[in-house]
Amino acid sequence: MDAVAVEVLLQTLIAGLLLGGLYALIGIGMTLIMGVMKIINLAHGELMMVAMYLAYWLFVLLHIDPYISVLIVAPLMFFFGMAIQRFLINPVLKVESILPENQVILTVGIGMVLANLATIFFTSDYRSTPVDYASEAWYLSDFWRNSPIELSLSVPWTVSFVMAVLITVALWFFLTKTDTGKSIRATAQDIEAAILMGVNVERMRLITFGLGAALVGAAGCLFIPIYYLYPSLGGKFTLIAFVITILGGLGSTVGAIIGGLILGVFESLTATYIGMGWAPVGRFVIFIIALIFLPGGVASILRRHRLGR
Amino acid sequence: MLEVRDVNVFYGDLQVIWGVSFHVERAEIVSLIGANGAGKSTLLKTISGLLRPRPGEIFFEGVPIHTVKPYKLIEMGIVHVPEGRRLFVEMTVEENLDMGALKGEAKQEREKTKEMVFELFPRLKERARQVAGTLSGGEQQMLAIGRGLMAKPKLMMFDEPSLGLAPILVREIFDVIKRIREEGTTVLIVEQNVKQSLSVSDRAYVLENGRIVLEGTGESMLNNEHVKTAYLGV
Repeated sequence: MDAVAVEVLLQTLIAGLLLGGLYALIGIGMTLIMGVMKIINLAHGELMMVAMYLAYWLFVLLHIDPYISVLIVAPLMFFFGMAIQRFLINPVLKVESILPENQVILTVGIGMVLANLATIFFTSDYRSTPVDYASEAWYLSDFWRNSPIELSLSVPWTVSFVMAVLITVALWFFLTKTDTGKSIRATAQDIEAAILMGVNVERMRLITFGLGAALVGAAGCLFIPIYYLYPSLGGKFTLIAFVITILGGLGSTVGAIIGGLILGVFESLTATYIGMGWAPVGRFVIFIIALIFLPGGVASILRRHRLGR
Repeated sequence: MLEVRDVNVFYGDLQVIWGVSFHVERAEIVSLIGANGAGKSTLLKTISGLLRPRPGEIFFEGVPIHTVKPYKLIEMGIVHVPEGRRLFVEMTVEENLDMGALKGEAKQEREKTKEMVFELFPRLKERARQVAGTLSGGEQQMLAIGRGLMAKPKLMMFDEPSLGLAPILVREIFDVIKRIREEGTTVLIVEQNVKQSLSVSDRAYVLENGRIVLEGTGESMLNNEHVKTAYLGV
């Protein structure tokens, strides 16, 4: 392989990992909700879209940088998610005649309403957020003068990735070190046993949906400097989150992180070596491969490893 | 301490418990015995609030608990160690124990109680950081009991604690249950292992087809003709 080919490959892998980190954040939100509520939130991408518009308007009207608006948007999305759970999903969960697989349809409806409200209020125009570091990059040759190959790291992509990692680490601490976090995991693993241990399961559902919305909202803010914005982008990201959730193994947080990274790298490789337009095809190829060869997702491998089987 | 008064329970339209009444006094060990499907577990779930009596009343220390939200019972001092352990299998042994002490006094004394549980079950201490799903059946039952003890209960209800365990472990588990009572905790056991549970019990009730058909002291039950032929196979 000559130097150029190596350069292209490394550059592609870097881009894939950076994208994968953001995907992981989106996927974790969906997988947390899946774990506790046993329903797939098919309005997940639309929640991200809402968060992106919030971050966009905070930037345009109040000149708040998207990376700072995470601190405003994520809490707002937390309450928005709790409200959706409390007033829309909970009443449907309580009706025994509606099967869980049909409760999912409600989330599709929520997604449609959000996308169409956004179209009415903000028109279907594509918008991009003119942050002044949008096209800045770090170059390997700036740090290593005689480097045989040249690699670059986009500043906003890198900052977004690092923030995604920080948020994920914070979430990990919350889930493993606090009683509320442990209660959320307990509810996902065995709801009846959790009740017997004194866990208020309804409250955990509220917190979990809020948390899922806050995470995808944070991801939305991190996407703002690097992506354009339009009302119907939610569908695409719901699909991405869904693929990650399946790839990772339903309800597994670690699985979602690995699934997100795999998907990011795979999409990036498809885009470089087959063609930009083929990235979504790559996404579904890996989805189908996962369903055929690894139906339990990454989580099933992790579980086998941990249980020593 | 616990009084179950004329309780009926349905699954949908199917009635499985018919007018059951019984009581457990402070620091007693009481067994509910009966065949598979007699309604024993259903009865425990009803006391824990996972199922509701229709109609019927349940009192704990004189307070009606059949209307209390199920997750609040552990704070009142009632712990239910469910059938099949029902551990949080992807959490560590220590995290499982923490889950037993989420509220009030139990939470404040969490570390102290944990030491006590580790003393009672040294095996759990060795495996504190191991994921619960990797434990053997006996260790899992110990953890389920330990998790219950973490709540510092006044009344502990065991659903089939001996299920699937080797005879030597069954004896160990029942020894632990006796020790728990000696520390002042009241115990209600639901068992198919009739001989073992009757021999540790002060009193027992026999449940058949959702009705209580017999009651008496543990010893008298062991000598009862009906119990002998139907449950002890002698």
